[in-house]
Amino acid sequence: MAETSEAVDNQRTLIAADGTPLKQKLAQALFVSRLRAFGLVTPLLLFIICLFVVPILSFMTRGVHNDTYARYMPNSTPLLQEWDGTSPVTEAMYAAMASDFITTREHPERPIGKVATRVNRELSGTRSLITSTARKAARMEAPFKDAMIKAKEDWARIEVWRAFKVAAKSLTPAYYAAALDWRYTATGEFKLQDKLRRIYIRLFLRTLEISAVVTLASLILGYPVAYLLSTLPNRTANLLLILVLLPFWTSILVRTTAWIAMLQGQGVLNDLAVFSGLVNDGNRFSLIYNKIGTLIAMTHIMLPFMILPLYSVMKTIPPSYVRAAKSLGATNSTAFRRIYFPQTIPGIGAGGLLVFILAIGYYITPALVGGQDGVMISNFIDTHMRSTLNWSLAAALGGVLLIFVLFLYWVYDRIIGIDNMKLG
Amino acid sequence: MNTIKLRAILTGAVGAMAGAGVAHAADTITVVSWGGAYAKSQIEAYHKPWIAKTGNQIVSEDYNGGLSEIRAQVEAGNVTWDIVDVELSDAVRACDEGLAEIIDKSGLPSAPDGTPAADDFIEGTLDVDCAVPTIVWSTIFAYDTTKISKSPKTIADFFDLEKFPGKRGLRKSPKTNLEMALMADGVAAEDVYEVLSTPEGIDRAFAKLDSIKPEVVWWEAGAQPPQLLADGEVAMTTAYNGRIFNAVAAEDKPFQIVWDGQVWDLDLWIIPKGARNRTAALDFLAFSTDTQRLADQASWISYGPARKSSAPLVAAYNSKPDLQMAPHMPTAPGNFKNALQNDFEFWADNQDELNERFNAWLAN
Repeated sequence: MAETSEAVDNQRTLIAADGTPLKQKLAQALFVSRLRAFGLVTPLLLFIICLFVVPILSFMTRGVHNDTYARYMPNSTPLLQEWDGTSPVTEAMYAAMASDFITTREHPERPIGKVATRVNRELSGTRSLITSTARKAARMEAPFKDAMIKAKEDWARIEVWRAFKVAAKSLTPAYYAAALDWRYTATGEFKLQDKLRRIYIRLFLRTLEISAVVTLASLILGYPVAYLLSTLPNRTANLLLILVLLPFWTSILVRTTAWIAMLQGQGVLNDLAVFSGLVNDGNRFSLIYNKIGTLIAMTHIMLPFMILPLYSVMKTIPPSYVRAAKSLGATNSTAFRRIYFPQTIPGIGAGGLLVFILAIGYYITPALVGGQDGVMISNFIDTHMRSTLNWSLAAALGGVLLIFVLFLYWVYDRIIGIDNMKLG
Repeated sequence: MNTIKLRAILTGAVGAMAGAGVAHAADTITVVSWGGAYAKSQIEAYHKPWIAKTGNQIVSEDYNGGLSEIRAQVEAGNVTWDIVDVELSDAVRACDEGLAEIIDKSGLPSAPDGTPAADDFIEGTLDVDCAVPTIVWSTIFAYDTTKISKSPKTIADFFDLEKFPGKRGLRKSPKTNLEMALMADGVAAEDVYEVLSTPEGIDRAFAKLDSIKPEVVWWEAGAQPPQLLADGEVAMTTAYNGRIFNAVAAEDKPFQIVWDGQVWDLDLWIIPKGARNRTAALDFLAFSTDTQRLADQASWISYGPARKSSAPLVAAYNSKPDLQMAPHMPTAPGNFKNALQNDFEFWADNQDELNERFNAWLAN
């Protein structure tokens, strides 16, 4: 029985010269070459993982996790977490707080300032409350409730304790809520941010608007240029292509500063307008340090990213198609609309997506020429990274932006199809 | 043959690197400050004599203030800055958050007449454990005398678009703007922070800022306002007094400072926690804050020395012997009348909320 089944197997599988099945042998040979290929890409892979994926992920976790309070205030943290945020504050909580103050004051890293900064983000004024009480904590005696309220009356306010409760929660949706103009309260509710402090939604929308306008403007300006480049004889086209690339190779800072010189109140454009009598000296156009300035400078910087993919696609479209259409009786506009344009869509898609996604995270140009109404969300991520040091909020804002870009990518894939994109 | 050659080259290279490394660790410190005319005054008054005296080297870097770079360096355990010039509120914050080394003030030299450092520095300025003050500087407003015929006299004039039409330059930050707005609205200097501690006071300050908002050009770096004035982009601008003085003294610009409603503050040295060349940095710190060095700096830029004993030594501007510096200091009696000291405690407590509100106000 066994012998016959083996014979049947042998008949089915091909055997190599040394008796192993050919399939296995092939897999072995392929494995070695695959290993070699993998070995060749390993440096890049490691580079990307170590310097791109891991830092981004570790930074993203800051958007939902901040244990500044829990790490340095171990006694009061569990009590605050148990507390419901509405019932009266117990003596045990006061005592735990006082003992935490004493330990943080003696800690070599002096983390009391970090804790105070953290709580102060929830309620302004708690910073000095914490640092001044902590200075006196070592001399306090039970009952701590009276001692602390005597040191600073604010300890009797329940809002102060609520701010502590929010800070004591390490894993928190508070930053993502703040990034969307909501507030996460001690009782676990979400409340719309005070009207005078709402800003991020508006900034996200403005970022979208600016990116969309820049994309559209570079398409309108870039399409004819790319068409011209693709139809001219090679020698002339290459010369013109260099004119497109030359600004592309120039530093963004230099180009943006050049725009400042062009557009500012006493700049070239305004001087010309005044000289030609278009406007009088007192009413010069304000073309910079506002949204218009951002749009102009960004469109200029983004143009090559639109022209190059368009050009590479248009270059491959045989002129005979349009000629054929015309010989069959199509007018110029019909031939363009029905024959030429549809073939350039992969280029439009690639250029559009490239420009839009670059624009949405654009930072340096709006920072320099944006003034007050031309700044974008990336400028606020920068503010929270560099000046307010609220890295958790910066991470949350970055997270929202990333999710949004991925969503757009998905929409793009759904509508146009990512395979339809041609980058070069 | 090849191996021997290679080894020789390697040994040489490693030797050279080790040599360079040693020289580096012992003798070069990185001093970070605000750039422009201010950094130049420090280089002339502090860096050059210290280099000549000790034979050490200094790498001078510029930054725009704030603690983010220091925090990033300390948290990453890779501190490349040895000594940093910061504002008072940042010095307090750096100290509270453990970002700066605690400095033993007894190591500071006494005044020439023997007064100990603790009594020689202006009262209250040595209180921060981690920092030693160098200068008193001030945010003032200035205008171009060739462009404005009537001369503005008070802070209220800065906010008066009817009497003095034209663009205004303001720092893109709520700090000092809110204070100046309240003073322009008639609040006395000593009451400003009391008013600003109430929600109504904040509303009042923003309402005053609202009245000039469409005409404002926002600046961020200290070197910008003199440039904005020189380019004619603004009719008046707030600025750091030393920058305007420098434009007048060194570049003969027709700018005029209005001292009314000035908001003064300190600049201090801090040493970031874990700085590599701490000993050399401490030596530089003690050297640069002695009486003579602080007085020397005042001949380069019009910021007041933090030591009382330096004041009588302050002479004329370096390149113009007939330009006496004393009347151009923020602390000169004629200038110091309606002056407000920046309250770091208030800003430490309220900056998150006020920054948010300011940014939201700006974006509207």
